[in-house]
Amino acid sequence: MPLIGRRSWAARQLGFSEFREDTASPLERAANVAQGMHMPIVSMTVNGALRSAEVEGRTLLVQFLRDYLHLTGTHVGCDTSQCGACTVHVDGVAIKSCTALAVAFDGAVVTTIEGLQDGERLHPMQQAFHENHGLQCGFCTPGMIMSAIDMVRRCGHDLDEHTIRRQLDGNLCRCTGYHNIVLAIRSGAAAMRPR
Amino acid sequence: MYDFTYHRPESLAQAIELVSAKCEAKLLAGGMSLLPALKLRLARYSDLVDLKAVSALEGGRREGDKLIIGAMTKHAAVAASEVVRQAIPALAVLAGGIGDPLVRNRGTIGGSIANADPAADYPSSVLGLGATVITNKRQIAGDEFFTGLFETALQAGEIITAVHFPIPLCAGYAKLLHPASRFALVGIFVAKTNAGVRVAVTGAGSSVFRFADAEEALNADFSPAALDQISVDADGLNSDIHASAEYRAHAIVVFAKRAVASALSR
Repeated sequence: MPLIGRRSWAARQLGFSEFREDTASPLERAANVAQGMHMPIVSMTVNGALRSAEVEGRTLLVQFLRDYLHLTGTHVGCDTSQCGACTVHVDGVAIKSCTALAVAFDGAVVTTIEGLQDGERLHPMQQAFHENHGLQCGFCTPGMIMSAIDMVRRCGHDLDEHTIRRQLDGNLCRCTGYHNIVLAIRSGAAAMRPR
Repeated sequence: MYDFTYHRPESLAQAIELVSAKCEAKLLAGGMSLLPALKLRLARYSDLVDLKAVSALEGGRREGDKLIIGAMTKHAAVAASEVVRQAIPALAVLAGGIGDPLVRNRGTIGGSIANADPAADYPSSVLGLGATVITNKRQIAGDEFFTGLFETALQAGEIITAVHFPIPLCAGYAKLLHPASRFALVGIFVAKTNAGVRVAVTGAGSSVFRFADAEEALNADFSPAALDQISVDADGLNSDIHASAEYRAHAIVVFAKRAVASALSR
């Protein structure tokens, strides 16, 4: 018996079909479409690699990333567009992936927390969170970091505390660990300045 | 979320055809209100027609004495636009205060006004500036566009393409925001135009409405002090766990003064 993951096991127990990545050739896909036996196929570049899967129209981007691609660094916190734990970059802009349809991003370029580091070297914003201990439990951290990088895109490298706090409106830390998060973003934004 | 068939047309004509062909089809703009509603199963549609690829609907420009903003223009773009900041700075301030940065990266002006949330920010600018809503079929005056709670004058198969804002002499927006949802508990848009002062109130009633007493007082004297003697009847205003009708009635005057002060500071 092949080894199966916890998620696949749970899906089988609950009678759901297993999530699968689409490996059909374009010809096979066309044949499926012709027979009317298809769900939308979504393809996007995720962390530099082209990934495709057959999804339902209602599949959320965060489900696509976590359940289909097993990129579980993107978290689902509130699932009601409040907390920002699911923040990813789509075509260079930060969005809440729990409030986005995967099919709507067919052809997009997506970066998740897993795609930030360069080999063994952390992204400067990740490094800043590490050095400033910009977390308590860590659950909100991936979203905080993705949002922080977008903040630098919008507001530049020289961020004061007031700006950082206002621009973090879309990310909640339930541990209330904002003090070090703000310090981390300030130092990460400066470290991202091109040399 | 109930499942649906997703469409992403690339032209307005295709979008109109798709949304007209299916009786239970719904237009999707930025999705910042529609997707949460679908996730809660508050709504169910057979088809979603996503307008994101209809590039003709995105972007803005100034044409003489009016500012034209395409329906699919995102809040972040309006907030950051130099053209908007020059022409109607209060509109850039309003757009920059909607939701949070991640919501502003996707939410659109057309989606906001078509949804007509009673606590949304944009409706107050449409009414307050006396804007005209342009659709594929006609032009709708701001005063006639919002007809009730989540209700507008839009007909089935009608798509907002742009909003035309006349450029005022000065304008200001001030809101008492709900700290969690970031919607307006009360939001006031004040505009001084050649045709007189317009004051629109969002968040306080079942739909955005004009504040006639304040307009009259401000026509006589455009200053915060002109509103000192004005009071608002709480009867009929929204009342919930966040703010009673009386509290909102009081806040309308307070924030109208702030909006006037903001308009005068530019």
